[in-house]
Amino acid sequence: MNPRLKSILLPAAAGALFIAVWYAIRFAMAEEMQFLLPTPGEILGAFRENGDSLARATLNTTEGALLGFAAAILVSMGLALALSLSSLVRVSLYPYLMMLQMTPVIIFAPILVLWVGAGLKSVVVITFLICFFPLVVNTTQGLISTDRNLVELFRMYRANKAQEIFLLRVPSALPYFFTGLRIAATLAPIGALVGDYTAGSSAGDGGGLGFQAIIYSSQAKYPALFATAAVTCVLGFIFVAIVLSLSWLALHHWHDSYERADR
Amino acid sequence: MPTPPLVELRDVTKRFGAGPVVLDRINLTAGEGDFVSLIGPSGCGKSTLLRLIAGLTPLTDGGVTVCHQTPDQAAAELAFVFQEPTLLPWLTVTHNVGVPLQLRGIGREQRLAISRRVLELVRLGDRGAAYPRQLSGGQKMRVSIARALSLSPKLLLLDEPFGALDEMTREHLNEELLAIREHQAWTAFFVTHSVAEAVFLSNRIVVMAAKPGRIHAEIAVPFAYPRTEATRLSREYLDLVAEVSRLLRSVEEASQPVHA
Repeated sequence: MNPRLKSILLPAAAGALFIAVWYAIRFAMAEEMQFLLPTPGEILGAFRENGDSLARATLNTTEGALLGFAAAILVSMGLALALSLSSLVRVSLYPYLMMLQMTPVIIFAPILVLWVGAGLKSVVVITFLICFFPLVVNTTQGLISTDRNLVELFRMYRANKAQEIFLLRVPSALPYFFTGLRIAATLAPIGALVGDYTAGSSAGDGGGLGFQAIIYSSQAKYPALFATAAVTCVLGFIFVAIVLSLSWLALHHWHDSYERADR
Repeated sequence: MPTPPLVELRDVTKRFGAGPVVLDRINLTAGEGDFVSLIGPSGCGKSTLLRLIAGLTPLTDGGVTVCHQTPDQAAAELAFVFQEPTLLPWLTVTHNVGVPLQLRGIGREQRLAISRRVLELVRLGDRGAAYPRQLSGGQKMRVSIARALSLSPKLLLLDEPFGALDEMTREHLNEELLAIREHQAWTAFFVTHSVAEAVFLSNRIVVMAAKPGRIHAEIAVPFAYPRTEATRLSREYLDLVAEVSRLLRSVEEASQPVHA
């Protein structure tokens, strides 16, 4: 079979099988328990019924995710540069970065609500905290892993520090940066959702998907909850697809990871 | 009145930290247009000597002058070709060749013009838009040489540049290197393990001994340039290769530890 056709048909067949199993389980359940597992049809119905509120919540979550993600990229680039330039700074700051990563972000939520107030600001900070670590660790690793021969070549031609950083270390760190970015992209919508769930606010229609999930749960609107989950999943896919496209644009000409795909 | 040497090494001694002496009181000069090959057993400090001339490694004792200045002051006059091609994989061939020019602040248009010209010189004029991963080992090394030539250096330091290539490619590149030299008059220090290569390329061969690294002998190569395939087949060439090989073998045997 044509490999391209195969790559479309096989997932489609697996999806059809999954939906069939879903229906089978649902109809095997006792009638009074069936509300726990809405059918795909009921979930589509929930989309129609709650379209406006879901769309508004999706926009709010996307805004929080994008702002937190962008802030994480900017801050991690600056910090990674500082960490890569001095092993002294690296040794001094790494334990605290680890501590920040190890502390569950959910613990920060009540404190953040007190500090910056419930709503978008808290959501952005929580998304930032979740995305920041993989970005800074990968980018730093990339910046300090520059091929020694190339560094020597630049020293041979008496390159100054700025030339060494921007013409050599930064481009050579791009594959590492994109690895971190890919991880962060999967985490950004989750971070925004968690932020919204724990520190979100519906004031001025500001509630996101996390807040919407709390409302649907309290109203026992289970098909709408599933619809919320589906929207979050799509949002995650969009984030990752954008990052993968950027990564392809930046690396496919020269990086070995794209070699097979290009041939 | 004799011309002052382009490169002068006076009692050059090198030791890394508290380790043993790697190079011991090396005295060597090279005049304009000299092609000096450094040959010797592994660990005799050939590459270290090259790096000292380039100013990439600090001296422990003695002095090095290039164009009557310290290697740092003469940085604009010298270029280095490493064992590996050391190309920036994210840049095209043309842009790779332009890297030293970019680091010297030369504008884009002039950079591209010079890059194209030196690529023609190494017969890669049609590969300017390619990325390093699309080139063969020999082509990569030619780009590396083109990059070194982009600054029109007075002194070219080559650290075993063809060591990883097959015999055929190596011979072709040897001939190309000499052909390029017909257009650009640089002085060369060339580190190699191949006696045949050293005899073919150089007008002087410096045979080094190890532990500590020192000059054992210097041999003049009398063949006129340009050298061609016919040079390789001549009786004189083969005799000189045999003589240098014998000398090198005796140096290597003297460097081996003695077992009871």
